[in-house]
Amino acid sequence: MTTTTEVLWTLKVVYTIYAFAIMSLIAWFAYRVTKRPESYKTWLTPKVFYTYLAILVVIGVGIHILTYNKIPWVAWELKKHKIPADRVIEVQIKNHQFIFPEETPITINCGEVVKFNVTSADLTYGFGLFRPDHTMVFQMQVVPGHNNELLWQFHEEGTFYVLSTEYSGPKGARMKAPDAFRVVNCEQKVSQGRE
Amino acid sequence: MGIKELLINGHQGGLDHTGLSPLQKVTLRFVVIGLIFYGVAAIEGMIMRGHEITPLPLMTDEHFFAIMTAHPIVGIFGSTYLLVFGAFTFLVPYLMKKPLFSIKLANFTWGIMTAGTVLVWLSGFIFHYAPLYTIYWPLPVDFQQFSVAGATMFVIGIAFIMIGTLGFIFNTYATVFYTPKGQKKQPIKPLLMSAFGIDGFLNIVNKIRGKEPYVKEPPLSLPLVAIFRGTVDTFLDALVILAAGILILFFIGNQVFQWGLHYHAVDALLYKNIFWWGLDLIADGLVLIYVAGTWYLLAMLITGRNLFMQNIARAALLLELIVSWAVWSHHLLSDQPQPEIMKLASGEMITAFELITQGLAFFITLTTLWLARPLKMTNELKFLLGGLLGFALAVPAGIIQADLGMNRLLHNTQWVAGAHFHVAILVGLTMTLYSAIYILFPILTNKSVKLYSQRLANWHFWLHLIGGIGMGAFMGMAGIDGMLRRHVYTEGEFMLYMIPAGIFGAMLLLAWFIFMFNIIATIGLKGLIGIFKPSKIDKEVVVPEPATAMQKG
Repeated sequence: MTTTTEVLWTLKVVYTIYAFAIMSLIAWFAYRVTKRPESYKTWLTPKVFYTYLAILVVIGVGIHILTYNKIPWVAWELKKHKIPADRVIEVQIKNHQFIFPEETPITINCGEVVKFNVTSADLTYGFGLFRPDHTMVFQMQVVPGHNNELLWQFHEEGTFYVLSTEYSGPKGARMKAPDAFRVVNCEQKVSQGRE
Repeated sequence: MGIKELLINGHQGGLDHTGLSPLQKVTLRFVVIGLIFYGVAAIEGMIMRGHEITPLPLMTDEHFFAIMTAHPIVGIFGSTYLLVFGAFTFLVPYLMKKPLFSIKLANFTWGIMTAGTVLVWLSGFIFHYAPLYTIYWPLPVDFQQFSVAGATMFVIGIAFIMIGTLGFIFNTYATVFYTPKGQKKQPIKPLLMSAFGIDGFLNIVNKIRGKEPYVKEPPLSLPLVAIFRGTVDTFLDALVILAAGILILFFIGNQVFQWGLHYHAVDALLYKNIFWWGLDLIADGLVLIYVAGTWYLLAMLITGRNLFMQNIARAALLLELIVSWAVWSHHLLSDQPQPEIMKLASGEMITAFELITQGLAFFITLTTLWLARPLKMTNELKFLLGGLLGFALAVPAGIIQADLGMNRLLHNTQWVAGAHFHVAILVGLTMTLYSAIYILFPILTNKSVKLYSQRLANWHFWLHLIGGIGMGAFMGMAGIDGMLRRHVYTEGEFMLYMIPAGIFGAMLLLAWFIFMFNIIATIGLKGLIGIFKPSKIDKEVVVPEPATAMQKG
């Protein structure tokens, strides 16, 4: 099962390669554009232009097709009304406080399909789970007056903390629920990071 | 010559402001105020960067978020809007070879926008009003955290900015369509067709069908089409922001006069959709269109050639019209009550077209430059290349986060703030604007001044480029590792990234100081003050003789 850590690591590698490639291209261009060409015959024809256009379309659409097939939580999101949850965890947020349905840490079994339903009694908040090394597992916005439901299946054993991932005024700038969830019975252990 | 004398009188006598037309003066006023606000935003940014490294003494959360609220408003509306509006207030009449519709209105525009920006800044400084630029409902009317006075001052400030924006829009459209005395009246229909890029689209259709072009010489040049198109988004955005302001004002009244209305009477999700629809017209409509138009103009001015594939470029601007109105849902990919079809269609697929439209502008601009080799590496060319690079880095970063899978991990992290919009604004947009400033500088000053130091201009370029990309890169990496953009970290969790981000941020600020020193040393404080004195030249004059000669040249 692909984890969020693997996805983010891939992003870091791919985007870094892209960034260096595009910077090199512009640097090369800046050097060459000041030089007199040996010939004014150019390969930059409309055909090249339309090929480039087609490549952009393929990349723009392809990235979403790729993530749909490789990242499991995309399908969980799109099919959340059809996938039955093993358990539902209702969390309320009020006055910049997380209110959990039971004493924390709440224990979740590995592979269990959990539906988080987070509601807000007042402001717009966020609900994000983080590993001890501070990397993000997932997050969602919590809009008042609505049910904010998210399906998740855990495959890393460990303890996770919760932050509000949306700003709700200066009073909410440090909203944190330490050791809010504990996942058990997984083979893979969660990264503890630098702590 | 001593530094003091240099700064007062300028290099080689500085700017002769007496020879400037009213249009040149009003344009330079926009630019001067815009550059000052850029510096204010950069200083605010550095204060926040410092606080992200280690909490600063005496900096409460209220104060920190008040700065975070003022920062984008000073940076976008106070600086970028004024710089862009100033440039376009000049370019529309200059390119159409007719006077600006109203110099008075242009002066009113920069004046009221400056006042509005200062009011917003003061609402944070005095009252710590801090709903951030996103003003998610009902935060702006949460009077347990914020004062009525702060909210009122903020809303009035924003209203001033938007009224100024509407003034600019009216002046732009009026200049395009009105007929000056003694000139032949132009029919409206071809102008409108051209303004929206429809003639370019019809030219492509006719070419495919093997027919003659719909129009051989479109009445509006391509940069004007981009200005016109971007201004449509600016108008709609101003209406939405004004409407949000009226709503907040209504709830301020509710608080003061106890009308008994609960803020939950407004649906937070519907509000968020409407607000992002409007706000996104700045980010994804206005910025990308205005920037594309400015790239086209710069490429044509630098090379002295027509644009490569210019009919496609015209049609792409028409496509961007539709795209920019339908992409807002990528800001709501992590809002679970948002319908999935909206996330897929608007949030992912239509948003992906921004990669295409911006990619086209990137390709067309680079190819136009390439076909004109050899080019001299002037300040305008190097800053233009910096601007192109900025968007080439920032747009794909934005497309990545506009994906259901990636947004679950990147939304509201430092990735969004760093790799995406700070690189887009600081490197992409600001370097494009610096390029425009360098290329328009001789025209706006009648070529009466010579840049004080090319070496300082080079320092400005490299410090800005490296600082902008470096800061964005380290903020982006912090975001990938889980750092949120609106959370206070106190235990040094992301110190490893925040220290280099702070160093690169300091390079950006230093670059601005160097640029301002170089410009003031060039024109002199006397020349700078002279810009704000009334012009004695007839207001019908777009540019006096020396600059007219350059225009013809």
